[in-house]
Amino acid sequence: MAELPEPNGADRTAGAVAVAGVGAGVALTELLSGFIAELRNAGLPVSLTENLDAMQAVQHIPLDDREAFKYALGATLVKNAAHWRVFETVFEVYFSLRGHEYALTDDQADLLPDLDELLGELAEQQGDQRGAGGGAEMMTPEELAEQLYKALLQGNEAMIKALARQAVRRYAGMEPGRPVGGTYYLYRTLRNLDLDGILDRLMQQVRDGALEPLSPLEERLERDEFEMRAERLRQEIEAEIRRRLVADRGVDAMARTLRKPLPEDVDFMHASREEMAALRKAIYPLTRKLAVRLARKRRHGRKGPLDFRNTMRHSLSYGGVPADPKFRYPRPSKPEIVVVADISGSVAAFARFTLHLVYAINNQFSKVRAFVFIDGIDEVTRLFEGTEDIAEAVHRVNTEADVIWVDGHSDYGHAFEVFWQRWGKEVGPKTTVMLLGDARNNYHASQSWVLKEMQHRARHVYWLNPEPRSYWNTGDSIIGEYSTFCDGVFECRNLRQLERFVDHLV
Amino acid sequence: MASSAFRFESVPAVRESLRKVDYLADEGIAGVVYLAERLGKPVLIEGPAGTGKTQLAKSVADITGARLIRLQCYEGLDESKALYEWNYKKQLLRIQAERNDGSGDASRSWAEIEDDIFSEEFLLTRPLLEAIRADEPVVLLIDEVDRVEVETEALLLEILSDYQVSIPELGTVTANQIPLVFLTSNNTRELSEALKRRCLFLHVDYPDLEREREIVLAKVPGITDNLAEQVARIVRSLRQLELKKPPSVSETLDWARTLLLLGIERVDAATATSTANILLKYQSDIAKAAKELEQSDAVGGEAATAAKPWQRNG
Repeated sequence: MAELPEPNGADRTAGAVAVAGVGAGVALTELLSGFIAELRNAGLPVSLTENLDAMQAVQHIPLDDREAFKYALGATLVKNAAHWRVFETVFEVYFSLRGHEYALTDDQADLLPDLDELLGELAEQQGDQRGAGGGAEMMTPEELAEQLYKALLQGNEAMIKALARQAVRRYAGMEPGRPVGGTYYLYRTLRNLDLDGILDRLMQQVRDGALEPLSPLEERLERDEFEMRAERLRQEIEAEIRRRLVADRGVDAMARTLRKPLPEDVDFMHASREEMAALRKAIYPLTRKLAVRLARKRRHGRKGPLDFRNTMRHSLSYGGVPADPKFRYPRPSKPEIVVVADISGSVAAFARFTLHLVYAINNQFSKVRAFVFIDGIDEVTRLFEGTEDIAEAVHRVNTEADVIWVDGHSDYGHAFEVFWQRWGKEVGPKTTVMLLGDARNNYHASQSWVLKEMQHRARHVYWLNPEPRSYWNTGDSIIGEYSTFCDGVFECRNLRQLERFVDHLV
Repeated sequence: MASSAFRFESVPAVRESLRKVDYLADEGIAGVVYLAERLGKPVLIEGPAGTGKTQLAKSVADITGARLIRLQCYEGLDESKALYEWNYKKQLLRIQAERNDGSGDASRSWAEIEDDIFSEEFLLTRPLLEAIRADEPVVLLIDEVDRVEVETEALLLEILSDYQVSIPELGTVTANQIPLVFLTSNNTRELSEALKRRCLFLHVDYPDLEREREIVLAKVPGITDNLAEQVARIVRSLRQLELKKPPSVSETLDWARTLLLLGIERVDAATATSTANILLKYQSDIAKAAKELEQSDAVGGEAATAAKPWQRNG
């Protein structure tokens, strides 16, 4: 009856689960295919085989074990650690109302005694004078805060969970049917809880409880611990809000609202801090690939012309017959890379990213020179070389580089002109020039002759533009004029496009 | 009623038996090992260095009583090192011997000799083929698979999906029993889609505080609860900094052993700083950690530089 794939011989022996799940079979299959469709919508490359694997895997897992279920799906469907977060979000949406402890819609009232019980227990433990008659609903905000404080102090998971629910019910002020993602509700709940204040009290408590004053190290460790617990609370609150939203608006609508781009699709220009951190991690393998690509080009070059001298030399062993022709293989040239990056405000986010990229490239190639400009231009290679700490290097670039000439609005023309005057002769036939910027020139002179000369002299000139292609050549963007003198102009808004550029280099 | 064909009863059972050999698995790890056995699929383990990826394969071999066959990958690994090779010296000898004792007996045709020298007797099995041909249960560990070139990865595909190896001269060798296969990767490059598709994927990250404490307790005999807790806490705080190479589990263990040897009961900032070179391998990391550990008001990483009120009144 169910559309489950036919288990092979070995699997059938483990039919216990299947028997238990026959009734749920159809529903489960349907749910799973919806789930997988949503994963694909979110951009995860789920193939048909992986789909079948997942279907098979869940048959071996007791269905009420939500964690095991999640890992079974994760192991079969997600093949990249960076995609795990997206998977988790979709999973939470699709299976948030499954499993007995997560039931919400069926019987909300069931939850309350649960919390009351916990509270009662807690009260007894601590000899609290609070009357047993007051349920969770009756608690004053002060009492709630007090309970929260105690839960965090003890690291009581169940209690944190219960309080998170209570807090959402009380403070989030959720309105049925409103098409929102929940960030606002989260914000409202957290604002009312005043977590910072509670953390403050917790630290004070630890300090008072200690026999001797805490050393800085101890203080730090305690604080890390409490922050971790507070983070747990925040996650619980977020999960609770999500559960309620799903119950209210249905799985599909929520999945659409909460859909997050994969790390490789995150726009550099609008990346959040967290996303930026993920991006930075992803750059390293990419630059390695870039290095490999360029190196391979060196090694597997086509055969060169006949090397007459060498052939003659080898012909001696054949009695003067040139039986073994020798060729002049192209000498492996070490590529030199010159990066010229716009770091003005309009591309600030992209610039931060490119600086990381430059730093990573720097580790892979023997000769990289980096320049940054706004309307003046400065060489920053030395800033990258001295340090091992990328954050510090980026900071130094932003503070020490002398990039302002007149008013601090980008002037590509002037920057290029100065570049050519001061460093132009160092661009040679081995040099690959990478220009990074949006080519928004504030209606200054373009000085595109510099690029023309550059293309003439350098091995390649590439331009990476962080703007969507549809914005090019609108307003003060003169990418079109520059692009005539480049070997390639690439839209480079996310990691995927950057990767495509690297692939193109072959 | 799991049949006897399976080595594991359930996920908790896997976890329990791994614990017996001092490998503390979390829910995800145990679940994937269990599934790998049930579905007969290889497991691709990925994660930062020193989080026990290789150890997992060894431990699984240990609890199932299977032989561990290990293929260490490196750049330039090829068929003759991974799959099989013809023992051409022996083949030459064979032909030579034929000539000598044959003494004019030309009846043995070339085809016969050819059949003869391309028989199993002259085959040198390498790890992959060995795992396939084994009669007893084996665990195959393909270590650091991200080190081979993309082209070489293709060598693995046949064995991973069908548990067989095709040898042109002999035909196809199919597995007598399905080995448990583990591949590990440090993610220095993207593995090919084809390879990933054939495997279950397991990302092993740094353990959480609780698990790390237990690992320290299990692996460092004689350590006190108190010290283990402190070690785990400090390591967690260090991992929150933006370091070039955060401390791995194996480094945590080394550090715990050192502290034990030095007879230290309580770790203060000075001890932590002076022994930090065991945890951290870059000078810049050590300097950064020392700076962060000694002053408490810089919150982990660059994420939260905004001073919070409780740091002021201390």
